[in-house]
Amino acid sequence: MLAKLMSLFLLGLVRVLTGAQARWYGCPPKAEQRIYFANHQSHADLVMIWAALPEELRSITRPVAARDYWTKSPFRQWITTAVFNAVYVDRARTGEQDPLEPLVEALEHGDSIIIFPEGTRGNAEEPQPFKAGLYNLALKFPHVVLVPAWIDNIQRVMPKGEVVPVPILCSVTFGTPIQLGPDEDRRVFLDRARRAVIALREV
Amino acid sequence: MNEFLRSLTPSQQVAALFLTIFGLLVAISTTAFLLTFREARDAHDEAWHAELKNFRKLLRTSWFMVVVFWIAWAAGETVATILFALIAFFALREFITLSPTRRGDHRSLVLGFFVVLPIQFWLVATERFDLFTVFIPVYVFLAVPVVSALAGDTHRFLERNAKLQWGIMVCIYGMSHVPALLLLDFKNYEGKGAFLVFFLVFVVQTCMIVQHVLTRRLKRPPSAPAVSKSFNWYSWGLGMAVGSVVGGVLSFITPFRFSQALVMAFIACAAGSLGHLVMKALKRDRGVTAWGQRGMSVTGANGLLDRVDALCFAAPIFFHSARWYFGA
Repeated sequence: MLAKLMSLFLLGLVRVLTGAQARWYGCPPKAEQRIYFANHQSHADLVMIWAALPEELRSITRPVAARDYWTKSPFRQWITTAVFNAVYVDRARTGEQDPLEPLVEALEHGDSIIIFPEGTRGNAEEPQPFKAGLYNLALKFPHVVLVPAWIDNIQRVMPKGEVVPVPILCSVTFGTPIQLGPDEDRRVFLDRARRAVIALREV
Repeated sequence: MNEFLRSLTPSQQVAALFLTIFGLLVAISTTAFLLTFREARDAHDEAWHAELKNFRKLLRTSWFMVVVFWIAWAAGETVATILFALIAFFALREFITLSPTRRGDHRSLVLGFFVVLPIQFWLVATERFDLFTVFIPVYVFLAVPVVSALAGDTHRFLERNAKLQWGIMVCIYGMSHVPALLLLDFKNYEGKGAFLVFFLVFVVQTCMIVQHVLTRRLKRPPSAPAVSKSFNWYSWGLGMAVGSVVGGVLSFITPFRFSQALVMAFIACAAGSLGHLVMKALKRDRGVTAWGQRGMSVTGANGLLDRVDALCFAAPIFFHSARWYFGA
């Protein structure tokens, strides 16, 4: 109940501040199992892409949240678990554990996921090189559709270190799904995925 | 007829006005909709259909404006002020989106959106006219660059601040003068502020539409081709003339006499249409043709600035002319 109210409140807030506009170019919003991969500029990316998805997809799509940031306070933890239904990943590799394990688990359950393959927030014009996670997931789940997404403007809404967001229109552009080619090299695939994301900036 | 109207209370008169406008809009919209069924046989018909589409777009703007004003009037002055504050908020959001800001501007933006905007509209709602006319040009004029300077980023400092101040001036200051019209006190004109707002919007909109239609019909060379492909002095002059005469004819709903209403309408039309031209130049500078180029959003706020920019420029000039000359 509280989570429902919170999600309504957050949706309203994000819409008033950013418009939370989804632009579907290349694929329709469809309830199939998908991995959305997007550029990462701000912690608000997660909220933004969550708000941009239509209601029906939001419930079956789980965003990936950095464990160290999103579990720092009980409130953040509650919001990511109860409202966003997020999957936590460790950004720093600890011991033998595979950092992708929680994602694999979510995908095995049939959920769609949202990942940020840069691994960390960038503040350059273009996203940093993608990490191998996307490749490994694509290899393991060949039937899951890989949808690139470009989140525009969000870093202007709330730059690093600021508390109060300012209203600026943002949009999320979803592009044509890409596929991992047979025996495609890892680096080649990751660069292609990155270019697919960057290409959406100009659409 | 006239005597019947005079016997009504002011609020009944305003209601009758809205009824008339809604009736007219329904009639025009239905006709325009039915006309879309006409078959397109040759190139001439195609052009005709394109023009009709354009006209229906203009009609939608008129619908939007009339509905906004109707809600504003029906819900009372406080709600009206809040409504216009929201419009100012969304308009400023569009303005800022297309003016690149840097990280150092963040606090100034927070100041603009969450401090200046509420204070300005609160000053309107509480009828502190002397303060509300100088609050932004005098006090905020200094406050914004101070906050920016404290952020320590000097890269294109003047340019960034000028953009922000422009946005605040057009979207907040300009828009806040519309609800302020509702509160002006003319002799024997209590409770009829809505007529004044209607007068302003109607004459400005008439002038713009006439200008728009004439530009398409007459195909004169544009007077400022780098800014606008359509603006030319000839159609502008005719639009102004029609707008002013309509204003004069409408003098019976205003506190003005015929000649006064004519002049006031002329002033409002000049400010509105030239302000619209200025905004076109701004958009060209930003490389877009409309503020709402990103398509429709759930807030429905996209392209809002395109619709209200003429009003943002016309309202302050109209307000201050009326206040200065009539001492209201």
